[in-house]
Amino acid sequence: MSQQTIKESDFTPIQYTEAETEKIVGESTSYWKDAWRRFKKNKLAIGGVIIIILLAVMSLAGPYMTEYNYYENDLINANQSPSAEHWFGTDNLGRDMFARTWEGAKISLFIGLTAAIIDLIIGVIWGSVSGYIGGRVDEIMMRIADILSALPYLLVVILLMVVMPQGLWTLILAMTITGWINMARIVRGEVMRLKNEEYVLAAKSLGASTTRIIARHLVPNMLGPILVTLTLTVPSAIFTEAFLSFLGLGVPAPLASWGTMTSDGLASLRYYPYQLFFPAFFISLTMLAFNVVGDGLRDAFDPKDKR
Amino acid sequence: MKKVLEVKDLSVSFHTYGGEVQAVRGVSFDLYEGETLAIVGESGSGKSVTAQSIMQLIAQPPGEYKSGSIILDGEDLLKKTEAEMQHIRGQEIGMVFQDPMTSLNPTMTIGKQIAEGLIKHQKLSRQEAYERAIELLHLVGIPNPEKRIKQYPHEFSGGMRQRAMIAIALSCNPKILIADEPTTALDVTIQAQILDLLKRLQKEMNTAIIIITHDLGVVANIADRVAVMYGGKVVETGEVDDIFYHPKHPYTWGLLASMPKLNEIKEELQSIPGTPPDLKAPPKGCPFVTRCPYAMKVCDEHMPPYTNVRNKQQTACWLLDERAPKVEPPAHIMAGGLTNDE
Amino acid sequence: MLRYLLKRIGYILLSLYFIVTITFILMKVAPGGPFASERRLPPKLEEQMNAAYGLNDPIHVQYFDYLLRVVKWDFGPSFKYVGQSVNDIINRSFPYSAILGLESILLALSVGIFLGVVAALYHNRFPDYTAMVIAVLGISVPSFVLAAVLQYVFAFKLQLLPIAKFDSFAHSILPAVALAATPLAFIARLMRSSMLEVLNSDYIKTAKAKGLSQRVTIYRHGIRNAILPVISYMGPLVVAILTGSFIIETIFAIPGIGREFVTSVTNRDYTVIMGTTVFYSVLFLFSILIVDIIYSLVDPRIKLTEKEGDR
Repeated sequence: MSQQTIKESDFTPIQYTEAETEKIVGESTSYWKDAWRRFKKNKLAIGGVIIIILLAVMSLAGPYMTEYNYYENDLINANQSPSAEHWFGTDNLGRDMFARTWEGAKISLFIGLTAAIIDLIIGVIWGSVSGYIGGRVDEIMMRIADILSALPYLLVVILLMVVMPQGLWTLILAMTITGWINMARIVRGEVMRLKNEEYVLAAKSLGASTTRIIARHLVPNMLGPILVTLTLTVPSAIFTEAFLSFLGLGVPAPLASWGTMTSDGLASLRYYPYQLFFPAFFISLTMLAFNVVGDGLRDAFDPKDKR
Repeated sequence: MKKVLEVKDLSVSFHTYGGEVQAVRGVSFDLYEGETLAIVGESGSGKSVTAQSIMQLIAQPPGEYKSGSIILDGEDLLKKTEAEMQHIRGQEIGMVFQDPMTSLNPTMTIGKQIAEGLIKHQKLSRQEAYERAIELLHLVGIPNPEKRIKQYPHEFSGGMRQRAMIAIALSCNPKILIADEPTTALDVTIQAQILDLLKRLQKEMNTAIIIITHDLGVVANIADRVAVMYGGKVVETGEVDDIFYHPKHPYTWGLLASMPKLNEIKEELQSIPGTPPDLKAPPKGCPFVTRCPYAMKVCDEHMPPYTNVRNKQQTACWLLDERAPKVEPPAHIMAGGLTNDE
Repeated sequence: MLRYLLKRIGYILLSLYFIVTITFILMKVAPGGPFASERRLPPKLEEQMNAAYGLNDPIHVQYFDYLLRVVKWDFGPSFKYVGQSVNDIINRSFPYSAILGLESILLALSVGIFLGVVAALYHNRFPDYTAMVIAVLGISVPSFVLAAVLQYVFAFKLQLLPIAKFDSFAHSILPAVALAATPLAFIARLMRSSMLEVLNSDYIKTAKAKGLSQRVTIYRHGIRNAILPVISYMGPLVVAILTGSFIIETIFAIPGIGREFVTSVTNRDYTVIMGTTVFYSVLFLFSILIVDIIYSLVDPRIKLTEKEGDR
């Protein structure tokens, strides 16, 4: 450092304003804005969102893009490889695979979302009541959940499907009868954690009402984990539907489901591998999309290392 | 006195997504045999990074040693390979961390955690290492060491764990002990015990200690010399008495004013208004300029040089330039002096 | 410890009691079920069933008879296969499933842990991305799709491995891989995040500050701690393998208990369904208990006391 450049006049006092002294480094962002900013940066998760949107659009529009429908047999044209006429080929009964694939998408997405939403409603109510009241009530409610989940989930669903008449809603009922427990446990854990947070205690000691505490403090802070669980329930429900349909316990014929289509495709795998390829590819793609979105949301809401 | 460690112009940066954080910017200090040097500063001043740099515990990436040298026994530690550093760590330099609750491995017995270093560095057998571990636990004042070495960290209280940490750090008779906020996570009564233990062991083993702290009470209790850090730089350094009784840097004044004193009842604790500088874009001049009540034009543009004040006291402040207006430190700092000084 | 074990076993018995009761009720209401009043059975079986279950007894007698039989581990005759008892079917098929299941568990654990550790050690670098792509695919591709793909590629096209049945080790490779894939992916992700957390922990810094080599630090201090969450995942792992075997054994025509269960479901062979369900429940509940005991042995902080045992 050269002393020459420093003049006598440089030694006059200066004043910093409070704004300059208290300057906060980096922009301040809210919880949601912060999460959204992190989510946007996650290219994989954004890709997942786009895939889900495309799948949803195709499940509605797909069946109208071809002149064939998903249920009409055409035995003369059975087992046709993909062509300009039948974009995804035809199955062993001559049904158009393109139409069936998107019909299957509709059913998979419908089941996945409906089951997830039902799980969400029951789970959030059960979990927050149990967690907020605590004590004896909590113990009983959680013990019920424990006993309900003492059996492996898929086993329960299969047993229920055996005794109930086959159908879309039966399937959803069977899947949600114990499916909500996971959500309930997560919500309960969050409520238990949050209700002992100091800011909640502070709000309580300032006389905030229970409703206000739940609405202003608990719900906003629980939304992250709930959203993540919700997103990750969808692929598991889609998988369960396909699993059951594969075993012949899913949606009844002639409804197309990716599970039944995979099962049919497997039977003729040696000769017509494309019949397996399309349903298998789309079910994997759908589950992948939901999984990466769920992961992206988890990282966005609960960053292990804040970037 | 013999110089055991010499840190010269050390600069350490971290590469983050927000940019390069220059955590330590040209820090120099010496450490002499058997003395205790306290590095004082607030969070983000670079004191912990400095300490961890000596041991090279900074992960690279994201960390990077930008410049400088750390000389131990005539050799530059920054030039050593990882394998060579492993012989330095634990053997030549021991380290104690801030939180004894998390700095011990929860699934390994205390005995094994002490014995590990002994087996590695002193080539002791398992049996010998465990015997030495018992001696060490006894040395750091843990009763029933024979039983204790078979226990896990969760069976120890916080103070006991910190004693065990000290036993680990001192197991191989290192020349230097680095204690990174060793008492911050402990109860006040335990703090004093740990500091007393460090002082006693230092006398017995003639270890040089670098203690990192933000607590001036700890400094007064244990240190011989003090280096005050702010914004990644050492702003003032000197013997502990000089720093407490004749501080020259306005930041040191602020630190002293923020410390409670026993003989002043009415006096309110002073805080230093403002926030520390952003080390992603460090200020060109003095890092303290935005919070300094005596800031001058020159402070904004030029980093002040070190001025020799008295004894070994050096201060980096433009106020010590002859052209600067004469400023007296706030009266209450000088008047009160230090009450918990021995 | 003993008290804890007794309490846990008590809960297991309680859960089993509920499960047996619920299956009984389900079979009672099932259309064409063994206990339904409307049933059409071959006379010989009708006779057998009657002898076994007293089908004409009042419902509570049937129920207690059934409970008693379950306690004696006797599940009665098959509803569909004349002359075979459910116990025969379980005893015959379970060894296949056990071999396949153990192989899959070993595969999922070893490869999953390995991938997770590698990913954590090379955090945000190429091996990490590779391992996580494998993991997210493993979670997203359903086991039956993977099984079909494996069959097509390795058995049909390359003809490297047998396509089905279960006669040698080579036969078990494809089904074990298909069965292990999803839990393997879960374990890899779990291990990765747990390892990352451990590697950032203070005690790893302590270990480094002792001058331990990187290898010792990672093995002795890192993996040993990072593996704890994986051990608590063992319960769900057993479930995944059990339920996964329904489909995998069917696809690969393995005469295991999973396939027997699926067959009994399609055949509405109610007694077999009930028997295997109870069998699965026992297996599942006790493996969870074993996992908890292992956990307490590995983590010295966990003592098997009543408080922590409450779950």
